[in-house]
Amino acid sequence: MSDHYYNADDLAKFGNIAEYQKEMSDKFFSYYGEVFKDGHLTAKEKSLIALAVAHAVQCPYCIDAYSSDAYEKGYSEQQMMEAVHVAAAIKGGAVLVHGVQMMNKVKEIGM
Amino acid sequence: MKSLKVLNHRLSDSSNQLAILEDDGLHRHASFKARLEALGEFPLRANGVEILQINIGKMCNQVCKHCHVDAGPDRKEIMTIETMRLCLNTLANSAIKTVDLTGGAPEMNPNFRWFVTEIKKLDKHIIVRCNLTIILANKKYHDLPEFFRQNQLEVVSSLPSFSKDRTDRQRGDGVFEDSIKALQMLNEVGYGISKNELQLNLVYNPAGAFLPPSQQALEAEYKQALLKEFGISFNNLYAITNMPISRYLDYLISTGNYDKYMEKLVSAFNPSAVKNVMCRNTISVSWDGFLYDCDFNQMLELPVNTPHTLHLKDFNLSALSTREIVIKQHCYGCTAGAGSSCGGEVTVLS
Ligand code: SF4
Ligand code: SF4
Repeated sequence: MSDHYYNADDLAKFGNIAEYQKEMSDKFFSYYGEVFKDGHLTAKEKSLIALAVAHAVQCPYCIDAYSSDAYEKGYSEQQMMEAVHVAAAIKGGAVLVHGVQMMNKVKEIGM
Repeated sequence: MKSLKVLNHRLSDSSNQLAILEDDGLHRHASFKARLEALGEFPLRANGVEILQINIGKMCNQVCKHCHVDAGPDRKEIMTIETMRLCLNTLANSAIKTVDLTGGAPEMNPNFRWFVTEIKKLDKHIIVRCNLTIILANKKYHDLPEFFRQNQLEVVSSLPSFSKDRTDRQRGDGVFEDSIKALQMLNEVGYGISKNELQLNLVYNPAGAFLPPSQQALEAEYKQALLKEFGISFNNLYAITNMPISRYLDYLISTGNYDKYMEKLVSAFNPSAVKNVMCRNTISVSWDGFLYDCDFNQMLELPVNTPHTLHLKDFNLSALSTREIVIKQHCYGCTAGAGSSCGGEVTVLS
């Protein structure tokens, strides 16, 4: 094992997960392929969603893959950054909306 | 911006380009030849000659960053009228149906219009690879759309994006605006409107170190955006992969993208694209009359593998029709993903 957790070359080895569990891996990749095809949303729209989600889950492999994919599919730098802001707003909002829970609790126990 | 040739850049020497592409003997990227052997497709052979692609000069009004010709205003190589006569002679004596005129900007050759009308007399279909901005570059070119229409030329033009920013980054400042004006002028004389005549086809090629997305999806987007924003119509969009040669090779190396780009091309190798690579039905002619498998091999100075028919003077259609094609690592550019040719994708992906 290398002395750091993430290695850019590992992205290309994603398919190797089949070595330890082929059946599940095959099912996952076939599902994955299906998800990203043109459907009621275009493959291009899905790519931008994936870019935002990649940032929200903070996966460096996904950020690498979908930064390229979304740019290749024609999104501009500004559009891609706005997608990242959407992810940030949702994540920030998700933290802040829990503030209501905190307030509820404080109101419950406070005098 | 100057051409590599005028800068005396090391990549202006095709042997240096080939040394890099052939990996300096390091074999880091799987060999194209071995891939064809594994498919039983080696040697790759021509399957007739249907198209004569003639490069009538390297002079161009633009200096695009990705140009595989290393064209520009400083290039002086231009086809003479004598060589044009050799082309006409070859065409008159063969069943070749299509003539594809390219450059540089082919319209900058002083004998361009004469050449077109002479080819037309031979009843050939003519394609002109027009960079659009040439139409606006000088008053003497403003009537090109009308000239194209009169001679029923098929126009194929590059527009790497329907956004100004990406287009200008690849092709130079102001190119987008002039290209839009030129497309409107072409529409005005009737280009790009009907399905069957006055075909106006656009070429997309990536402005960066990546492969083109789906041609079909892109065409739909282009059509919608160009019509809505600028009232422009066109027929087809061809998505073309950038070849890792000449100025694009220089861009890849100088930005540290070369290895990754080659890996992309190699891993996107599509066996079904091999059968339809354009060299299988095309002969490319250089400004000085020499024969090549394609415009890319021409720029790499890799002549056809038919020792007795290397020049228009010795054109032997039957020998060329079954010739073995000269392949090297850059050929991966024609077989990546959905494949790529001067007419865009070469396969239909599911
Ligand atoms: S890509 Fe075309 S328009 Fe651009 S410099 Fe080369 S020949 Fe000229
Ligand atoms: S680069 Fe030229 S020779 Fe090679 S596959 Fe493409 S068209 Fe054929």
